[in-house]
Amino acid sequence: MSKIYSLIKKDFLLELRQQYSFYGLLLYGAATLFLLFMAIELPEANIWNGLFWITQLFICINAVAKAFLQESRGRMLYYYTLNHPTSFILAKLLYNGVLMMAMSAISLLFFFLLMGNPVDKMGAFIGMVFLGGFSLSLVFGFLAAIAARAQQNAAVMAILGFPVIIPQVVLLMRLSSTAFSPLLNIPIPTVLLLLALDALVILLAVILFPFLWKD
Amino acid sequence: MTVCLLAYTFLAGLLGPVPRLPLLQETIRNLYFHVCMWFAMMILFTISVVHSIRYLRTLQPKFDRAARLYAGTGILFGLLGYGTGAIWASFTWADPNIPLLDSFSTIARDPKLIGAAVALLVYAAYMVLRDSINDIDKRARISAVYNVFAFVLLFPAIWILPRILPSLHPGNEGNPALDVKNDISAGMRIVFYPAVLGWTLLGVWITQLKIRLQTLVDKKFES
Repeated sequence: MSKIYSLIKKDFLLELRQQYSFYGLLLYGAATLFLLFMAIELPEANIWNGLFWITQLFICINAVAKAFLQESRGRMLYYYTLNHPTSFILAKLLYNGVLMMAMSAISLLFFFLLMGNPVDKMGAFIGMVFLGGFSLSLVFGFLAAIAARAQQNAAVMAILGFPVIIPQVVLLMRLSSTAFSPLLNIPIPTVLLLLALDALVILLAVILFPFLWKD
Repeated sequence: MTVCLLAYTFLAGLLGPVPRLPLLQETIRNLYFHVCMWFAMMILFTISVVHSIRYLRTLQPKFDRAARLYAGTGILFGLLGYGTGAIWASFTWADPNIPLLDSFSTIARDPKLIGAAVALLVYAAYMVLRDSINDIDKRARISAVYNVFAFVLLFPAIWILPRILPSLHPGNEGNPALDVKNDISAGMRIVFYPAVLGWTLLGVWITQLKIRLQTLVDKKFES
């Protein structure tokens, strides 16, 4: 537990010291949104929803890709001697989840500023955005580990990730579309399903990561 | 045995009696081919994952080879399933008043088609991942990890999504593929089960031959 904490702290310190990557990410999100803003003005609720989640998907790939790609070979070896693989992958996944939740919140703010606000149930929608950002970052976090071990870039991650992420994104879009209409209730089973999927991803990552990291 | 079962499938499937349902009519015979393709594909993918797990436990290259080749044959059966499904859909789902290609995007929105597409994309990505790594041991290990990870996450795509999205495809309530007990008559069942078995065995047979060939090629390469 304390190891997980210190690994997360290390990632956070690294982020603070190399702020260019965080600002780069922010700029990436803002530029994408500005492009959308130029292309479409005030989209309808369902288009707004679709655009929002696709933007989240791309931000997530860029945010999470560097988590493993930034670690050099030598440094991985150093971690290997110090840590248990379980605590390492858990620390990475948690840190990326929090980072992605922050990014989701910022991009939601941008969306409200530039694309209007069709959301009806605000609190529920914000909750869904956090849940969605966290789910996306978990799946892509593990895929980033695979891509990094294969010495590939973020493009390979996207190829590996998109088919796997489709069910979650569809679930998220359907879930969040209920937040736009005052008539529909939030389907609790879908929320639970997403949480179960998150737990499944974490479990798989813990089981499979030790095989990835031996060399 | 495979040959016998498949010969039986073709004979009984094309000539035997079938219930005449509205809209479906004689195309219901496609059940013996189209549905079996998907059954065979899922079984082959499952065999592939089992081999991947065994590879991770033992690190013997023969399991990796088997996992890769079973996945390849699975993709082939998936494509055949799409082919037979497209023929079937063109007679039953497509609106006869508009050209076939125009109704494609409506048909392709069906959740079962999406689930199948996800499965095929996952295994295509698996092949890309394999080919992108040069080191043999590393390739085997990383692709085995991806195989297990993707297969487990594939289940929501295939078993959960079809249940919450609207669909034209049979089997909306309960089993997404087909409710064998209620949807088809007893006469069809005695053809259907051997047909599933026959097609699956054909897939396994093809793969076994490929594995033997690949083993010989690898041996020659090493010596």
